[in-house]
Amino acid sequence: MRKLLFESLFRRPFTELPPLPDDAAVTELATAVGRAARRRLGRSLSIREIDAGSCNGCELEIHALNNAYYDIERLGLKFVASPRHADVLMVTGPVTRNMREALETTYHATPNPKWVVAVGDCGRDGGCFAGSYAVVGGVAEVIPVDLHIPGCPPTPTAMLRGLLALLERVDAGAVAP
Amino acid sequence: MPSLIDLMLEGRETEQHAPWPRAVVDVSVWNFAVSELAHSRWSLLGLWGEPSAVHMAIIDGWTAEIAVISLDCPDRVYPSVGLHHPPALRLERAIHDLFGLTAQGLPDTRCWLDHDQWGVRFPLAERRDAPKAAPYRFLTADGHGMHQIAVGPVHAGIIEPGHFRFTASGETVVRLEQRLGYTHKGIEGLMAGTSLERAAQLAGRVSGDSTVAYAYAFSRAAEAALQLVVPDRAAWLRALLAELERLANHLGDIGAICNDASFSLIHAHCSVLRESVLRASHAAFGHRLLRDIIVPGGVTRDLDAGGTDAIQAALDNIRQRFPALVELYDSTASLQDRTVDTGVLTAALARQYAAGGTIGRASGRSFDARRALAYPPYDSLHFEIPMLNEGDVNARIWIRVREVEQSLALIEQILSRLPQGSLGTHAAHRRESREGMAVVEGFRGDVLVWLRLRDGLIERCHLRDPSWFQWPLLEAVIENNIAADFPLCNKSFNCSYSGQDL
Repeated sequence: MRKLLFESLFRRPFTELPPLPDDAAVTELATAVGRAARRRLGRSLSIREIDAGSCNGCELEIHALNNAYYDIERLGLKFVASPRHADVLMVTGPVTRNMREALETTYHATPNPKWVVAVGDCGRDGGCFAGSYAVVGGVAEVIPVDLHIPGCPPTPTAMLRGLLALLERVDAGAVAP
Repeated sequence: MPSLIDLMLEGRETEQHAPWPRAVVDVSVWNFAVSELAHSRWSLLGLWGEPSAVHMAIIDGWTAEIAVISLDCPDRVYPSVGLHHPPALRLERAIHDLFGLTAQGLPDTRCWLDHDQWGVRFPLAERRDAPKAAPYRFLTADGHGMHQIAVGPVHAGIIEPGHFRFTASGETVVRLEQRLGYTHKGIEGLMAGTSLERAAQLAGRVSGDSTVAYAYAFSRAAEAALQLVVPDRAAWLRALLAELERLANHLGDIGAICNDASFSLIHAHCSVLRESVLRASHAAFGHRLLRDIIVPGGVTRDLDAGGTDAIQAALDNIRQRFPALVELYDSTASLQDRTVDTGVLTAALARQYAAGGTIGRASGRSFDARRALAYPPYDSLHFEIPMLNEGDVNARIWIRVREVEQSLALIEQILSRLPQGSLGTHAAHRRESREGMAVVEGFRGDVLVWLRLRDGLIERCHLRDPSWFQWPLLEAVIENNIAADFPLCNKSFNCSYSGQDL
């Protein structure tokens, strides 16, 4: 173990420069984030992930945000275990009818101010599962959504861009009137 | 001992079913097959419904013979398989929820996929008039000092939703009961009446981590039905995709299991290796998870020199770095203290449930569809099937380690021997009804797809995730372990929620 740790000291880090925030996402968020938020949160957001019925593809790529290449925590973003600790809910999947109630409960358990990011094509409108007897549809059918990150699944870079745009708005909210 | 062929002779064999036979049988033959399952002479491969029939896929473990028997049930009842062979229990509950068919004698008649939220009962049945489902009652465990811990469906980590009800005595788990179905999307319902293209897209979204395995199995089933022969190059590229998926998932799992024992160093390094596979996949095939590349008839993307180099570079990187991580795992006593003798799955249970994948192979069941069914190109590739008998978390880690090594070797063989040729073939339009079935080895175990085409459209498609025969075993292995070891046991199983819920 010592050898492995020692090597890591001298090797260049895997971590890459963060991408630029997504312009489209910045526009979508323009109305979502206020100045009060910045005062309370600083440049840091806690994220609670909720799988509301996804195929697990989005979860795999959300997991990747924690690996050394993307290292999401260096940007002030971290995943937390409880909605009570969260500022942001990242919701995946078409919302299934069997998950609807759990999603609503989790949303209400999250303190204000809070933002909801719908991840993936299914999160937008149910994707290829829309129209099923077992599917409600996109996340916005159940709880208010501030930002959509499209993709099947979105790449970790696309998710970082969206989340950085969110952070930027939280940040700008402090100075903008 | 009668062979599966004899069973076929007892029934009325359908002609349009490929590659294995399917026979419509009467109740006595059905019951005979059930008793053979119960006596462990055959294994249950799948059990699924239609509006007025049930189908059961059986494999003879010794000869790898496969057959499907079907029972017409115009009165919407059939003799329960689960009554004598418990691995069928949840499948029969699911058949009831979707089709309203009643398994007579089924010991557990609670709903499984139906959480009383759909606004409809028996959504795939012809007649849907039915009373409301009864409220769900969890099993009880009585005794001094027992308490319950309810977890989920929203879990603390970034994982899929499901509910676990633990009954514990102090730290020790006395009973775990799972309740799944939260991610039920009605995929089999969505597939009915659609084109092959749309159904293949849905099949690739049954379980995101197995998108290759599902597209592979679905395509092979469709090709069996249509009697299509896939060109060599496409067949080999499919195996390449399947091994890349296996490699990425096993690397992720090895790290994640260690992480659940709070050993984050291996997790961090394995995540880097996993990422290198995903990036190579993206460079070679344009998608990190390799989605929508296998389609009925062939593959949609070719591999060029740049892609080959990207994959080779990822392999070299893993070959260079992975052995140190394995060595670290093997020499860290505090980590092994958590994994050795934890969550032991007995060989008898693994055999009874025909548990596939790393779970079966860590408990003395060597079945691997790549070897047992030897579909091309695996019939001309060299690889070993690692097997252990201990059945604990440690054994499941070691099986994954060995399978990473096997996948590396397989990918190298495929890259060096990849035949030239076209990427696909097209089917002639066929009006008549055709049925096909396929079993493909995913990273989690054997994925089964059965379908019937009519006039070029899907009439009925059933997709059976390996998790159906693994989830119930997790309930068994956690017994008498401490609650704090559940994440470790669960991760070492890594069953699919979405694949099971469908």
